[in-house]
Amino acid sequence: MISLTVNGVERQFDGDPETPLLWYIRDELGLNGTKYGCGTGLCGACTVHLDGQAVRGCLATVAEAEGTSVSTIEGLSPDGNHPVQVAWRDLNVPQCGFCQTGQIMQASALLAASPSPSDQEILEGMQGNICRCGCYQRIVGAVRRASTGV
Amino acid sequence: MLRHLNLQATGSAQPSAGRTIIENVSRRGFLKGTAAFAVVVQFLPFDAEAYETYPHGGQSMPNGVVNNPLVFVSIDRDGTVTIKAHRSEMGTGSRTSIPMIVADEMEADWSRVRIVQAEGDEKKYGNQDTDGSRSLRHHIQPARDIGAAVRRMLEEAAAKRWETDVANVQAVGHEVVHKTLGLRLGYGELAEAAMALPVPARADLRFKDEKEFRYIGKGQVKIVDLHDITTGKAVYAADVSLPGMLTAVVARPPVVGGKVKSADSAAALAVPGVVNVVEIPGSPLGSKFKPLGGIAVVARSTWAALKGRDALTIEWDAGPHGSANTADQEKELRASAGAPGAPVRDQGDAEAALASAARVFTREYYQPHMAHAPMEPPAALANFADGKCEVWGCLQSPYGARGDIAEFFGLGEEDVKVNVTLLGGGFGRKSKGDFAIEAAYLSREVGAPVRVQWTREDDIRHSFYHTTSVEKIDIGLDANDKPVAWRHRSAATSFLSTFAPDEGVQHPVEIGMGLEDMPFEIANVRAEQCKAYAHTRVGWYRAVSNIPRAFAIQSITAELADELGRDQKDFLLEMIGTPRKLDWRAAGLPQEFWNNGEPYEHFPIDTGRLRHVIELAADKAGWGKSLPPGEGLGIAAHRSFVSYVAAVVRVKVGEDGTVSVPETHIAIDCGFVANPERVQSQMQGACVFGMTAAMYSGITLENGAVVESNFHDYDMVRADNFPQVAHTHIVEHPFAVHATGVGEPGVPPILPALTNAIFNATGKRIRNLPIGDQLQT
Ligand code: FES
Ligand code: FES
Repeated sequence: MISLTVNGVERQFDGDPETPLLWYIRDELGLNGTKYGCGTGLCGACTVHLDGQAVRGCLATVAEAEGTSVSTIEGLSPDGNHPVQVAWRDLNVPQCGFCQTGQIMQASALLAASPSPSDQEILEGMQGNICRCGCYQRIVGAVRRASTGV
Repeated sequence: MLRHLNLQATGSAQPSAGRTIIENVSRRGFLKGTAAFAVVVQFLPFDAEAYETYPHGGQSMPNGVVNNPLVFVSIDRDGTVTIKAHRSEMGTGSRTSIPMIVADEMEADWSRVRIVQAEGDEKKYGNQDTDGSRSLRHHIQPARDIGAAVRRMLEEAAAKRWETDVANVQAVGHEVVHKTLGLRLGYGELAEAAMALPVPARADLRFKDEKEFRYIGKGQVKIVDLHDITTGKAVYAADVSLPGMLTAVVARPPVVGGKVKSADSAAALAVPGVVNVVEIPGSPLGSKFKPLGGIAVVARSTWAALKGRDALTIEWDAGPHGSANTADQEKELRASAGAPGAPVRDQGDAEAALASAARVFTREYYQPHMAHAPMEPPAALANFADGKCEVWGCLQSPYGARGDIAEFFGLGEEDVKVNVTLLGGGFGRKSKGDFAIEAAYLSREVGAPVRVQWTREDDIRHSFYHTTSVEKIDIGLDANDKPVAWRHRSAATSFLSTFAPDEGVQHPVEIGMGLEDMPFEIANVRAEQCKAYAHTRVGWYRAVSNIPRAFAIQSITAELADELGRDQKDFLLEMIGTPRKLDWRAAGLPQEFWNNGEPYEHFPIDTGRLRHVIELAADKAGWGKSLPPGEGLGIAAHRSFVSYVAAVVRVKVGEDGTVSVPETHIAIDCGFVANPERVQSQMQGACVFGMTAAMYSGITLENGAVVESNFHDYDMVRADNFPQVAHTHIVEHPFAVHATGVGEPGVPPILPALTNAIFNATGKRIRNLPIGDQLQT
């Protein structure tokens, strides 16, 4: 039996401990904001926070999350108004939207660790998150906006 | 796309656009902080009649266009207006933009509008194939028809209530007011009576003056799913579930047309959570969107299904394409394009002009297959019970999928229901509903609702790939170095091979994407298609054949400019020649010239508009300015989906061959623009998509199987190397200038603009895509 906290709720899991967090979150908990894009840590669509750090949910297993606190996009902010989410909406970032929850989770962890990142830090910090629609210009703009308010 | 082919006859050309007023209007309000640089270029209205009738190709699509307001709009007593979105949303914003047009024309308050996604039913909604950059082009006027009719019905209902003539009332801002008495009735109060009235004839409708638009053309309306997307509530295909649902992943034959020779599923069945292992019947190349077949592992969770699939032992019979190799195919394509093919356009006598030319300039360009790789891999949920099937999926053509499912299972159309979720990107991949048929098949076999989840490896290895092609062009020059002959031979695998046994020939749609409609002013032009045979499924990919055509035409033009010591932009403009509307007969185009399915007299090839976007992009980019060593500007332009796009790309190539793009300038003339904010996002996206295609996208067949499998060997442009600033310049027009395509036409010029820029930065000419490690030193 594995115990962990997801979005503030204590959870027990007695399935395959090697289950990736991504599939646990989606299939077991029904939290569908975390997305599958590659399953191999190459796209960032599955990004969640593990004790505040951005991790790829398709690589991290439930066993590795034992005793930790996991946040998904659903738990990022109670009303959906985390500064990163607000900046995303202000700048009309999404196209298809599929990558965006992963982008937002990555950006919010980046800003938590480095509240005023340089442009280079933003580009490097976000480079693991693919956006096939090509929203990067606005993604980077929104990270900057969330960090500085402009 | 292939469900229908519109054979266009054509009439006289339209009188040309009137004066051009150029005013630099700052549109700062409309896109705060996203580096918008929109230039306003006003063309005066030139076709009053077109405004009334608004001819376009929508009526010629399968099941045409429906503008019945009762099909699309309903109003609740509390005033909530519900508008059906019948096109699939995959990132272009049409799910917002079309209802926004309806709402504006009906004077609805956008904050009180709710959008509901329509199921796949073209008998009810008209054509729903969301591809070909057609959503706004074909639905902007029907959306206005719908809005104007509802507004009229609301006004009539109010007039009746007040026992006055309808001329005395007016709908404004979600209510109808009495013009003299000051009485007011909200839309909610009028809804029941209004929606029971007969729908007014289109001739009786009054359309808003453009100056009265509240939302159309403003770029202020946010996409309807914005909040859900940013909070994780947006529903994509794999987010739908049903009680008792199982999840399946499928091991498909590595080679198209392959079969299971033997399989051992014992280990898979032993994985906890695996419920069943089911063989899906396969189909040979040329079976349209039928599943590839293979062995499905059906489980209680995605993880169990994945583990189960890993535990399968399968021996495959590769079938007829088991010896196909990309390297051999490239040679075949080069050989084919090196010999005469079948003419698709003949103007003057190109053969004679080439024979008598002072010299002939020849270049050949190659592109391998590419996979769409939408961020959301294909997925669908099906519930097949009691002889009926209901599906939920990320489908670009929900009614097409419904028909395919009905046919596959021998059901009546009425027994199949197809629901459309949001699409996490589509790019043409999701026009093909093979994954929905798989889900339906498995649901029927296991007697439970089944979700089929494609992995990224599945997506990249079992796509309907972008054509692979060799485009070879010969340009004959006279003694004064003036081009007098143009011969373009195209050997390109066709998506026809996905629909029927492969005859190695292209479809008129593909021929019409830059091969026969080349706009240069050269006396003798000949275009030929040369045989090309497919070894894997070919489909349409964002911008389709326009990509290799624009790459070839815009590359050779720059190469010839260099050869002649001319400026690349000046020479491109000279090749395009005088501003004119191409007379298609005189240009030697055949009667069946596709013209993107649009009536030619209203959507002619207008070289004035093409020249204009080139000049605009060049001007904004500071074409001709000197740059530091290792940097270069490249320019390219292309008309596709009846829009005109030019791009100037600035590159910086590092000593190690690393390419970065500090900025691009992209100018688009797509007629009247309903939602400039989404046009800008599509252009920014096109820069990234085009750069990815140019830099990385190549699918390799080895012994018939695709080598690439995930983003490590089929990489994408990312946050650390995307075009840093994509400046978008939108040519503005009044409504009477037809809205044309946006989703695709941004892509084709990006590839040659990038490779032209690379040449100007480094002296290295890219003729074979992708660039890959060709620049590495
Ligand atoms: S799904 Fe985890 S990184 Fe792509
Ligand atoms: S918005 Fe479509 S993948 Fe990023």
